Amino acid sequence: MSDILVSARGLEVHFPVRSRGPARRGGGVLRAVDGVDLDIYRGETLGLVGESGCGKSTLGNALLRLVPPTAGTVTFDGTDLTTLGRKAMRDMRRRAGMVFQDPFASLDPRRTVAQTVSEPLEVHGLRSGRRERAARVGELLELVGLDPVVAGRYPHEFSGGQRQRVGIARALAGEPDFLVCDEAIASLDVSVQAQVLNLLRRLQRQLGLTLLFVSHDLSAIRHISDRIAVMYLGRIVEIGPASAVGSSPQMPYTQALLSAVPVPHPALERSRQRIVLRGDVPSPSAVPSGCRFRTRCPAAFEPCPDVVPALQPVGEAPGHLAACHLHGVVGTPVTEVPEGVTAHPPG
Amino acid sequence: MTAVPTPGGTPAAPTPGSPIVTRPVRPRWRETLGLLARDPTAAIAAVVLLAIIVVAIFDTAFASQGPNEQDIANRLQSPSWSHPFGTDDLGRDILARVILGASVSLKVGFLSVGLALVVGTLVGLLAGFYGRWVDDVLMRIMDMLFAFPAVLLAIAILAIRGPGTSNTVIAIAVVYVPIFARVTRASVLGVREEVYVRASRSVGASDLRLLTRHVLPNAAPPIIVQTSISLAFAVLAEAALSFLGLGTQPPNPSWGLMLAEGNEFINRAWWLAFFPGIAIVVTVLCFNLLGDGLRDVLDPRQRTLMAGGGR
Repeated sequence: MSDILVSARGLEVHFPVRSRGPARRGGGVLRAVDGVDLDIYRGETLGLVGESGCGKSTLGNALLRLVPPTAGTVTFDGTDLTTLGRKAMRDMRRRAGMVFQDPFASLDPRRTVAQTVSEPLEVHGLRSGRRERAARVGELLELVGLDPVVAGRYPHEFSGGQRQRVGIARALAGEPDFLVCDEAIASLDVSVQAQVLNLLRRLQRQLGLTLLFVSHDLSAIRHISDRIAVMYLGRIVEIGPASAVGSSPQMPYTQALLSAVPVPHPALERSRQRIVLRGDVPSPSAVPSGCRFRTRCPAAFEPCPDVVPALQPVGEAPGHLAACHLHGVVGTPVTEVPEGVTAHPPG
Repeated sequence: MTAVPTPGGTPAAPTPGSPIVTRPVRPRWRETLGLLARDPTAAIAAVVLLAIIVVAIFDTAFASQGPNEQDIANRLQSPSWSHPFGTDDLGRDILARVILGASVSLKVGFLSVGLALVVGTLVGLLAGFYGRWVDDVLMRIMDMLFAFPAVLLAIAILAIRGPGTSNTVIAIAVVYVPIFARVTRASVLGVREEVYVRASRSVGASDLRLLTRHVLPNAAPPIIVQTSISLAFAVLAEAALSFLGLGTQPPNPSWGLMLAEGNEFINRAWWLAFFPGIAIVVTVLCFNLLGDGLRDVLDPRQRTLMAGGGR
């Protein structure tokens, strides 16, 4: 597990917050992804977890250049995607698929299942002729656990779970190496969630896929992932092997996140210690200086507002990193107050 | 499909506990026709229009006398068995001229709306899909055209290019291009944000493919409705331009021209202006009713949006 398939360096995705009107030009910047370094190893499942609005979906989209990055690079199997031309980028898309959150919105209502699933085949000229494409569509539908006879049906004839299977079949049609699942189970019924999760895990093993599983559901993430990355306000604050992050989180935010997961055992559930965070997530257009989590952190201390913490090795497991000054003050000092942040009073 | 419809039945993938969720989906054309048939007003309008179109296509078969055939002895005859709609001041059969006028009016209507539909939809599609400067440039040009009163703009174009049927088609088309551009753009703005468009892009589809396979089909309903309603206004516009002497030139009949010719005899021979007038009213009414029906069937949410869009 040393071979890196996807790699991000200093990745930033900022959205201009426009205040329209002739008088006020400019306005703020929403820092959805703000300086992410991430390596995804070939064949692993990386779980990306965080609260709503922390930028995890944007990061998943930016890795596939479905959202243009503001700064930084994304390298896919040695190729820098950020400088790739339109045509080359479209060819590259065969090798990276995406499964979307809402299976009701992600399938074109006017196209049959067969048309949807065969689109990558047509786009990349993977199977010549209708007959071969139809055969391949059948294979793909079987692969995701659907009966190939449904190929001629329209999306509205299916349940959410079945639609999501169609979405997965489409993502797999080009035989990709890399699959981003953007909240792929979030809008499904709980019973169906488990089915789709297990389907994804089976496919990952069967096809040797590299999976980025983006979710706010920690239980699902722990179930499926080899490694877990925790995101807060556009940055990765902790990353490491799933067992290490899951059992001994080193960053207060991860600890709070994990403590919020219910335990399916009445006695244990009653004795569960919850860490309740104060306040709301700050707006990504007004990010706190230094450590972004300091405004809600129960353990915040002196260096937190002044030094932006860097990821540093923590705990016992190799590859377990956290960005937290509790493990030693490491990072870049705050030299200037970021845009949109009220400076804390001098002295 | 001959297979027994087992709702959501996928034997290979039993998904217990997952209800078959059927969301309202914009109906496809066959369902659209079925729904339209259940709306009596729209269905009658469609049948009447079809009849008018058939009569217009086989115009000579329905007229007993040549439309430009004069019979001075029988001038200004009131409606009778031999001349059901009467005769005009030159003894020409009004029925024959109304029938021939139908083919002129409808030809101008379909050609001008067709032209406006193609150009306007293309403009709206590009402006809505690409946004930014493409949108700014294209839509400002459309705004410029839109700023002129419709008939005034058509008169100006005819004044420059000279009167005649083909120039009438161009003039009316120019007037309708911005309307189609706006309707298409508005619809595309919604569709381009749909997840399935992003999903299609994520598998490597080109812009051309996105536009033709996903955006246009899903943005089509309001455009179809606009086409039907525009046909009504185009027939009316052709009549107005011909009435003013800028459209169809005599002796060829057109409803608007006949209206103008009948104008001077309105006190002595009402039938000269009455029958072409009725033809205009019925045709325009039917296109409008069909448009209303299509709108309700294709997308009820468009109701308020379209109400102010007529021109």
